[in-house]
Amino acid sequence: MFRLRRFLKGYIFQLTVGPLCKLIEAVFELMIPMITADIIDTGVKNNDAGYVLSRGGLMVLMGALGLCFALVCQKSASIASQGFGTKLRNAMFRHINTLSYEEIDRIGTPSLITRMTNDINQLQLAVAMLIRLVIRAPFLVIGAMIMAFMIDVRMALIFVVAAPLIALVLYIVMTRSVPYFKAMQKKLDRVSLISRENLSGNRVIRAFDKQDYEQQRFDSANSELASTAVRVGRISALLNPITYTIAQAAIIAIVWMGSCYVDSGSLQTGQIIALVNYMTQILLAMIVVSNLVVIFTKAAASASRVNEVFDMQPSVTEKTHKDISPDENAPAVVFDNVCFAYGSGGYALKNISFSVKRGMTVGIIGGTGSGKSTLVNLIPRFYDVSEGSVSVYGNDVREYSFEQLRSVMGIVPQKAALFSGTIEDNLRWAKKDASDEEINKALRISQSYEFVEKMPEKTKKTVTAGGKNLSGGQRQRLTIARALVGSPEILILDDSASALDFATDAALRKALRDETKGMTVFMVSQRVGTVRYADKILVIDNGELAGQGTHNELVKSCPVYREICLSQLRAEEVEN
Amino acid sequence: MKDKSKGSSAATLKRILKYASPYKGRIVLALLFAFLYVVLNLTAPVLVGYAIDNAVGTGQVNYGMILELLLLTGTVVVMSSVFQWLMNLCTNYVAYFTVRDLRRDICRKFNTVPLKYIDGHPHGDLLSRMINDTDSIGDGLLQGITQLFSGIVMILCTLGFMIFLNIYIALVVVIITPLSMFVAAFITRLSQRMFREQSAAQGELSSYIEEYVGGQKIVKAFGYEQRSQESFEQINSRLQQCGQKSQFYSSLANPSTRFVNGLVTAAVCITGSLSAIQGTLSVGQIAAFITYANQYTKPFNEVTGVIPQLQSALAGADRVFAMLDEADQTPEPENVQELSSCSGSLDIKNVDFSYVPDRPLITDFSLRVKPGQRIAIVGPTGCGKTTFINLLMRFYDIDEGAIMLDGKNIYELTRSSLRRSYGMVLQESWLYNATIRENIAYGRPDATMDEIRAAAKKAYIDRFIERLPEKYETMITEEGGNLSQGQRQLMCIARVMLCQPPMLILDEATSSIDTRTEIRIQRAFAEMMKGRTSFIVAHRLSTIKEADIILVMKDGNIIEQGSHDELMQRKGFYCNLYNSQFSS
Repeated sequence: MFRLRRFLKGYIFQLTVGPLCKLIEAVFELMIPMITADIIDTGVKNNDAGYVLSRGGLMVLMGALGLCFALVCQKSASIASQGFGTKLRNAMFRHINTLSYEEIDRIGTPSLITRMTNDINQLQLAVAMLIRLVIRAPFLVIGAMIMAFMIDVRMALIFVVAAPLIALVLYIVMTRSVPYFKAMQKKLDRVSLISRENLSGNRVIRAFDKQDYEQQRFDSANSELASTAVRVGRISALLNPITYTIAQAAIIAIVWMGSCYVDSGSLQTGQIIALVNYMTQILLAMIVVSNLVVIFTKAAASASRVNEVFDMQPSVTEKTHKDISPDENAPAVVFDNVCFAYGSGGYALKNISFSVKRGMTVGIIGGTGSGKSTLVNLIPRFYDVSEGSVSVYGNDVREYSFEQLRSVMGIVPQKAALFSGTIEDNLRWAKKDASDEEINKALRISQSYEFVEKMPEKTKKTVTAGGKNLSGGQRQRLTIARALVGSPEILILDDSASALDFATDAALRKALRDETKGMTVFMVSQRVGTVRYADKILVIDNGELAGQGTHNELVKSCPVYREICLSQLRAEEVEN
Repeated sequence: MKDKSKGSSAATLKRILKYASPYKGRIVLALLFAFLYVVLNLTAPVLVGYAIDNAVGTGQVNYGMILELLLLTGTVVVMSSVFQWLMNLCTNYVAYFTVRDLRRDICRKFNTVPLKYIDGHPHGDLLSRMINDTDSIGDGLLQGITQLFSGIVMILCTLGFMIFLNIYIALVVVIITPLSMFVAAFITRLSQRMFREQSAAQGELSSYIEEYVGGQKIVKAFGYEQRSQESFEQINSRLQQCGQKSQFYSSLANPSTRFVNGLVTAAVCITGSLSAIQGTLSVGQIAAFITYANQYTKPFNEVTGVIPQLQSALAGADRVFAMLDEADQTPEPENVQELSSCSGSLDIKNVDFSYVPDRPLITDFSLRVKPGQRIAIVGPTGCGKTTFINLLMRFYDIDEGAIMLDGKNIYELTRSSLRRSYGMVLQESWLYNATIRENIAYGRPDATMDEIRAAAKKAYIDRFIERLPEKYETMITEEGGNLSQGQRQLMCIARVMLCQPPMLILDEATSSIDTRTEIRIQRAFAEMMKGRTSFIVAHRLSTIKEADIILVMKDGNIIEQGSHDELMQRKGFYCNLYNSQFSS
């Protein structure tokens, strides 16, 4: 947690002044019962109305001053904590931008999102509490004890017994209920899981006529949740009554012992009242302390999750930021005995070697998990090879800067995601200043021109996050268009036509062939129809290159390819 | 959309109370305990005050009286604590069990509303009614009402006690305290506006993170990092500004309340002491007054704090009741028949159907299917192939015409017997969080282990299951996450195999299934279809060509029907589709 203190730099002023002001307010607060005692023991006893009024005025003044100090503190706390959170978020976003695929895959996007939102919010709250309460609450407890000692050492013993007792009760009740809260969360997760299943499987449930069974299943999880919740309630409902009882018992003791000392003349009545008030203050401050413990325990967990992200070093790093000169005569892409493993797992790709001439169309086919996507991800260096090398235009990809390497490529990822903004905004990703002509050309090749034209706002149509307001097929075609703007030299389509119907898929392939002369195209697919007319087909099976060549060559020579073909086409279609 | 007048929130409140009525006894007890707790809680300071009055000075201490009073105080404190605890127990019980009942009814509703409702509402929204809205009803309304009640009782009783002690000082307190309410209300108004702005900015930032971290691969591919960092920092600094303001405003509440409390204490001290000098008040009574003055603002703050909670609970309740008020699917007619056996002959006569009135989808569609025939449904993605399945299985009701199964109108059959006569394997293969055995036996829970194993064998999934460490007792994690898509589909096939239904509805996978599994699925499909009337949402040419009847769908409508050769001769949409797939 303390490692994150670097983000507090620049808020030293707020961090000092804030708690200091809160401390002054607390001192004032601690004085009030003393003044009350004075008023009673001096003012009332001596029938001195003037004394009463002057001391009363002092109380009001101290209250007002206390308010001012408190406001300064709250202001400091809000500035420092929000500033801290903002800096932290900016730094984290920047750090995430430097990470490679491998690290992002390892943590996972949803987890990164919660770390950036919930966890940082939790830390922000901790910073605010640090300024506002961390000094104040314990100070009030200790201060009230000291005041009690100052009034009467013998009476203070009651405080010495009562305060730890209250702390103990708080500790026991809290630690006892934590496991129950976890259990309750689990039960709640189960209820929501069954609800989700009932929604997503609604058709199947009705088809099998299992409504009653599902209701029973839900009822039992639901009732379990309710009874667990009631059990938890039984424990946490004890907190207030018990602490209240202890404080009141202490007050009774104070009055009883106090009366004895009043009788012997060593204590005054007003001082009893002051002691009673200090006891109440301790109780309230203790409850605050227990809440602080909860906040900081959570914050520590959040901090370690946040630090985990910062500790992650990108596995793929740039050797240079300068451009190097590509070899004009070298093949576009060469894989030389490439092996690749994710993390410490087994090989995802093994001994892959092939060469692709400029302008070639390469089809890559294989089952799910065979390593097709992994293979194309090595070309723009989203991952680094474990062994062997990948070269683009004669140079090892590790020699290029990211910018130079990736600027010659157009990449269409498997998941067709667009970003919120207009269609045009999305298309200008690769080239900020692309002309309308370029954009229209990309739309035409990707078979998107027609449907975009049909929209009333055309390319100005707003796309919602992820492109959810477009159909899967439209989204996929637009991601292809996005990659085509800026006329990349190498185009990588990672199973990018899966949501298209056969007719559109065929038209897209035809347009790509006719309109993009000289472009080297990699086309990953599960469909034989998509790759069969490619200049070269790579068949990937279980991470290994099972064959390479044209459709006709592979049908004869490669059993894996033949099997794939037969599963999708009829025998006579395979042959011709 | 609805005018939320006072009347309607009262109606909602009444309805929630009706839901809580099985726990009437506990509600009454909770209120009773709340009352007792508050009264006893307020008696303690008075008793302590009297005790202090019995210790005026040296030699003026009445030990007997003090002891008596303190013992009484002890009893009162213990009793008050016990009542507070009991009150909490009762409200907890009522709240959690009422929430349970609400959830039970929502779940029942999920399975009785027309499927149209489930299809037409985002599942996240329905789920949040089930989980969050019911929670806020439990917290806000049921616990809130007790808080409100005890808060009000506390205010009234404190007032009563203070007037009983000394009316003038009571008046001073009564005049100053509302100040804290004004201050609190003012702060709430201020901070609420800021909170709204803050949560809007927070939402914007979250969706930005979601988009750009989720799309990180694309960001990298296009070298977009710098541009995205800039926009991020922009949103972030906006969040900083409104976050700082809202935090500051909301943090004003505590010190301000403390200040008002201090004012009240000072006022009580001054007026109390002056009265004591005049002899109209005792020192112990001043002490009691100070305790009251310290406590008096608390219930006010609690009551004002409960109001927004109540409002959000009422809003949640409105959403929950709106769902519960949704009409159920049309009830079965009285003369409804049970379909006992079925040959699988189907006669669809002049059917009209539309999802949205005024936008006809299927018009005057007729089809005659003989037992054992195969019908392939083809068309581009998103052409509405599921519509047809929806009508056959009565997930949706047709508008006009008739569907006859073995000569009987399916609307005169029970839904359950009709649906049981179909076996359905959809692409999004649904499995639930239970063991593999339970999942396969979903349609026939009484099946023996041998039958289950036989079904798994026929679906070519038996060997995979046997390789798992716990075999058939392996738990399937949420929505089948620990199985591949192909394995999930094979599991669904086994589930249908076990039921041996006379008719089948199958959905061929489009992609993301590896070749070997795909071959298994095809073989399993072929096995299953033997002698059964089958409807197949087809993607594979071989399936299409071998079908007895091909239904070609486009934009939700059935535009052509016939065998492969007939349709090719017609040179229509199908012919085009076919040619585009295999010529290049």
